[in-house]
Amino acid sequence: MGKSQFLSFIKKEFYHILRDRKTLFILLGMPVVQIVIFGFALTNEVKNSAIAVLDQSKDDATASLTGELDASRYFEIVASLKSAAEIGPAFRKGKVKMVVVFPPGFGNDLKHLNNAQVQLIADASDPNVANTLTNYANAVIMGYQDRVNQGLKLPYTIKTEYRMLYNPQLKGAYSFVPGVMAMVLMLICTMMTAITIVKEKELGTMEVMLVSPVQPLKIVVAKAVPYLLLSCVNIASILLLSVFVLDVPINGSLPLLVAESILFTLTSLSLGLLISSATGSQQTAMFISLTGMFLPTVMLSGFMFPVENMPLPLRVISNVVPAKWYYIIVKSVMIKGVGFGAVWKETLVLAGMTAFLLLISIKKFKIRLS
Amino acid sequence: MQDAITTRNLTKTFGSFTAVDAITFHVKKGEIFGFLGANGAGKTTAMRMLCGLSFPTSGKATVAGFDVATETEKIKRSIGYMSQKFSLYEDLTVRENIRFYAGIYGKSRAFIREKTSRVLQQLRLENEADKLVGALPLGWKQKLAFSVAIFHEPEIVFLDEPTGGVDPVTRREFWNLIYEAAGDGITVFVTTHYMDEAEYCDRVSIMVDGKIGALDSPKGLKETFGVNSMDEVFLKLARGAKRSDG
Repeated sequence: MGKSQFLSFIKKEFYHILRDRKTLFILLGMPVVQIVIFGFALTNEVKNSAIAVLDQSKDDATASLTGELDASRYFEIVASLKSAAEIGPAFRKGKVKMVVVFPPGFGNDLKHLNNAQVQLIADASDPNVANTLTNYANAVIMGYQDRVNQGLKLPYTIKTEYRMLYNPQLKGAYSFVPGVMAMVLMLICTMMTAITIVKEKELGTMEVMLVSPVQPLKIVVAKAVPYLLLSCVNIASILLLSVFVLDVPINGSLPLLVAESILFTLTSLSLGLLISSATGSQQTAMFISLTGMFLPTVMLSGFMFPVENMPLPLRVISNVVPAKWYYIIVKSVMIKGVGFGAVWKETLVLAGMTAFLLLISIKKFKIRLS
Repeated sequence: MQDAITTRNLTKTFGSFTAVDAITFHVKKGEIFGFLGANGAGKTTAMRMLCGLSFPTSGKATVAGFDVATETEKIKRSIGYMSQKFSLYEDLTVRENIRFYAGIYGKSRAFIREKTSRVLQQLRLENEADKLVGALPLGWKQKLAFSVAIFHEPEIVFLDEPTGGVDPVTRREFWNLIYEAAGDGITVFVTTHYMDEAEYCDRVSIMVDGKIGALDSPKGLKETFGVNSMDEVFLKLARGAKRSDG
């Protein structure tokens, strides 16, 4: 088969994809939706939360602390309360999520006793949000204290120490972006490749092609090419969204990140091939892709639950989940900003898996023909 | 005259099960050869071996003069195939389907363009050329599938139950296409469940339990078995079968 025949094959695959508008919409929209869901809706990060301040001291110290809280991107002071009696109603109306209470003489205590108190009252009906809000507020107050402390002979004792590596603001999106990338690529490449090949078996068109002079391998490669391109579009859209919408920076090398993503795409494609050669119906292919590939990707890659905390058998199993290695690579390159030297082992594992899967599926394809 | 298909003791076993048991027959060039048998009698396995989809366990067979064990690539270039499942893409147009399948066989663009219009005219599908195949009635799809199977002008075309689920009128029209193809010198190897279709064949073989139970012209078979229709011939033979399910 010549080059033009191969191209006509790819053209045909594009017709299939482009004419199935609903599926195409899902394929291209899915990463966007997932990034939005994980980045905004499911995040434990809090932005511009409405808070109120009850300032019973009204001095320089409370004024500047209030100003700093308001200036932080996490809070927005929507009310200034006049008495403790207003705290309850403010919460009940659902207007505010946290109230900062400065007791009388706050600034005085700070200057003369080296010890002042501030009360943070949070709406704990959503404990996670309450926790996060008080942590953020604490951080703002600590920052202020540190600045006031400078040049003082008798500094305040700081009881809590915050140390967040790579994600000092505990940004949720940092861990979601690599996870969503692994999920989307796995879903599109594995499931769609498996389904599209099995579909031809169901239709009987595969048999017609196998009776023709076309080499079976070329049929399969032609099927994989459009999904590889589609995945590149998805990689691009996920990265653009994370950089420009979620403010997650790409600290490492972009070409390295893209190259690793393409490698993972190939792993997923070969998994799809293997599934397609082992199944005869689209439903089975979908079922295997979802339960056999997608769930482990979500559960065992470390993206939702830390692998280190799992029991030994699950930790062992997690090693054969390709997404786990890809997740480590993306996290390292994108967020820690390390180079290839730090991820070559994981890359090697992925490459090995890909080669292994490809070999088996090609072999299976041949057995089927004998 | 050279034979289009020859087999000698062609056998296929799966473990201890002998699906095709040493069948020997010849199909002449330009002949319409009916390949009958109950479900499970082994006709699909035999056909798959002839198409190069499956290797024989023992015995010999040639298709278009090529050995099925060693020259499958050459065989694939010389045959056309229409599977029992309807085998066109519903989400491609009539023209795109033709172009795609012709492309598989490496036909030139000029050949494809010229022949496409001829085929469309023959099927009276000129106005539907750019419509999706999914929108066509089943009978038209099947006629189109047959025309696509012989588009690259093969020496032999294999039809695996091509008229399943089609009404009698359309089946008649389908057979007219088969006659035209045979008239052009294409050998037609067809499996079917319909006994009226068996009557249209030049010669018919009936497989029973992996062996060829009978092989003759429909007229000859009826005389041999002393009955009036192919239906009765088939029933008489199938009654003796051990592993029939249909």
